[in-house]
Amino acid sequence: MAGDLPLRNDKSTEEVALGIRRRVFEHTIRNNGGYLSQACSAAEQLAFLYNEALHLGEPTMPMIPPPFGGVPSADNPGYVTGAGYNGPFEPQYDRLFIAPAHYALVAYATLIETGRMAPEGLEMFNKDGSSVEMIGAEHSPGMEVHNGTLGIGLSTGAGLAWGRRRNGDAGDVCVFMSDGEVQEGQTWEAVQAAAHHGIDNLWAIMDVNRQQCDGAMDDVMRVGDIRQKFIDFGAACIEIDGHDLEAMRQAKAEKHEGKPLIILAYTSPTQGMPILERRFPRLHYVRFKSEDERAEYNQAIAAELGIAPIDYSH
Amino acid sequence: MVEMVTRPYASAFESYAVQHPEVLALSADLTSSVEIDGFRDRHPDQFLSMGMAEQNMLSFAGGLGLAGFRPFIHTFGVFLYRRPYDQLMASVAYPRRKVRLMGFLPGITTPGGMTHQAIEDISVMRTIPNMTVLETGDATEVEGIVEAADSIDGPVYCRVLRGSVPRLFDSPFRLGEIRVLSEGTDVLVITAGITTEEAIRARGALDKAGVSVRHLHLSTLKPFDAEAIVAHAASVTHGVITLENHLVAGGIGSMTAEALAEAGLGKKLIRLGLQDTYAHGGSRPYLMNYYGLDAIALVRGIERLMGIETGIDEGALEAVRVDAVHSSVKAEAL
Repeated sequence: MAGDLPLRNDKSTEEVALGIRRRVFEHTIRNNGGYLSQACSAAEQLAFLYNEALHLGEPTMPMIPPPFGGVPSADNPGYVTGAGYNGPFEPQYDRLFIAPAHYALVAYATLIETGRMAPEGLEMFNKDGSSVEMIGAEHSPGMEVHNGTLGIGLSTGAGLAWGRRRNGDAGDVCVFMSDGEVQEGQTWEAVQAAAHHGIDNLWAIMDVNRQQCDGAMDDVMRVGDIRQKFIDFGAACIEIDGHDLEAMRQAKAEKHEGKPLIILAYTSPTQGMPILERRFPRLHYVRFKSEDERAEYNQAIAAELGIAPIDYSH
Repeated sequence: MVEMVTRPYASAFESYAVQHPEVLALSADLTSSVEIDGFRDRHPDQFLSMGMAEQNMLSFAGGLGLAGFRPFIHTFGVFLYRRPYDQLMASVAYPRRKVRLMGFLPGITTPGGMTHQAIEDISVMRTIPNMTVLETGDATEVEGIVEAADSIDGPVYCRVLRGSVPRLFDSPFRLGEIRVLSEGTDVLVITAGITTEEAIRARGALDKAGVSVRHLHLSTLKPFDAEAIVAHAASVTHGVITLENHLVAGGIGSMTAEALAEAGLGKKLIRLGLQDTYAHGGSRPYLMNYYGLDAIALVRGIERLMGIETGIDEGALEAVRVDAVHSSVKAEAL
């Protein structure tokens, strides 16, 4: 199966990003709800990571995800994580943690768009007995560790990066983060520890969409100048337009010797689907209030994404 | 006199770690308090200072585990689970990382009061799936716990004694093995950690008073050998007393109660330890006496269980202390 995969640059990163938005949109319409705004804000970042920035091997897991195989325990020797969708755990390859695990739908769509998971995988999303869970679990495709509680991803990445450096691995550790995580103290503990220990095989790209579960971050808890805070805590930090792939490439090329690199990708939670602006700031999870509203969004967003409206009647 | 060993953990950890380069020492600003300052100075490449940031430390250790290392996290027991409980669950316990949680100052062995006293650590740790829980009761066990902990395929929490520690046992720490310290027939006494020495103190006086005690010392608290506990309990006439440096809820008393109930063994059980209360700051002997964790508390518990008066007082316990501790070294080989 792996040999039939498209090469990772068969599609342009722009095409992958558009494909992510289309898949998440289709899923949200069909299921009358979904993490749609996260696809709007993060599509370019995840497309960039999987399609060009990360050095990943071919998947070691089946294209159609196996059902839930039990949690880790001494009695479950066959347990595997979802890391195999990101390629084998070998020294030369990068590792990726999706810190905001509720971006799982967007991450799964990315796996499909980059030929790492079959489209059938998304049909299993949030179904009982499936490993393709709504909040990405350690055993979900593309997930390498549990990150469902926000703020723990960068710390785990820092520990892994320290260990990989000690082992002489060529591969880096990348953490995809969300901006709400800067409200957690642990994020800052992680940055200071990575800086203190000179961990520079670690980098993160953060989806700064200024949204969180309760709404706009500025209304929930203001976080100030996070670029300056990251720098003050010892990281290299660059701000970019998170929908500008060329800016992303330049930021990734930034030298950050002796410290981690944090790329702040400023994004719009309605990018590519401007009709969602009507719902601002209630964008964390898009659920339609009526069949009329569902139909209206279906028509409008399909047009915005250049596809036919989704047939969800069956 | 009982032999007192100075800083047994320091030398045991160093001699083990230097043989195992994938073992790392992590510390959160309590390096000398947990006896690894010498290791830090002599082996800086195997030491990571994590600062006062336990949440990051736990998740970071999970990442080190993913990279194939076996981090030993050294700090006070309370700091391993109260603040960073979420990280302990998600980054260490769930994925079964080989993280060794070395919890110093268990229970009331610190004058630091509520913030420093790990009085519910066993109850918390034993309910965490994938976690192993160990406790040291003397210098021999402290010396052996490093290798024992590192042999576990998954995370492990250890209650470690520091400073000047008595040597009660001459056989090494063996995972899962209950030490049978006496084989009496009237009552079963179950202890762990520092309460074992108290029970040994009481035993001499109890012998003289004609009370036949069966005494078990536990160093592996999880997995808990319920079958063995039930068999010992069934072999005594009057019932069971647990004595623990911990809240009676969730610790050895609870584990014993569960074992007896599940086996349908109708024996009386008295659980001695902290009775649904916080402790305050003070010396160890003062706190053990004040909260009823010491030898005299055990004697009174046995009197209550058996419905007798032994006539034993504090003076009698002091008088037998030296003999009793001496005999324990041999008694444990029974």
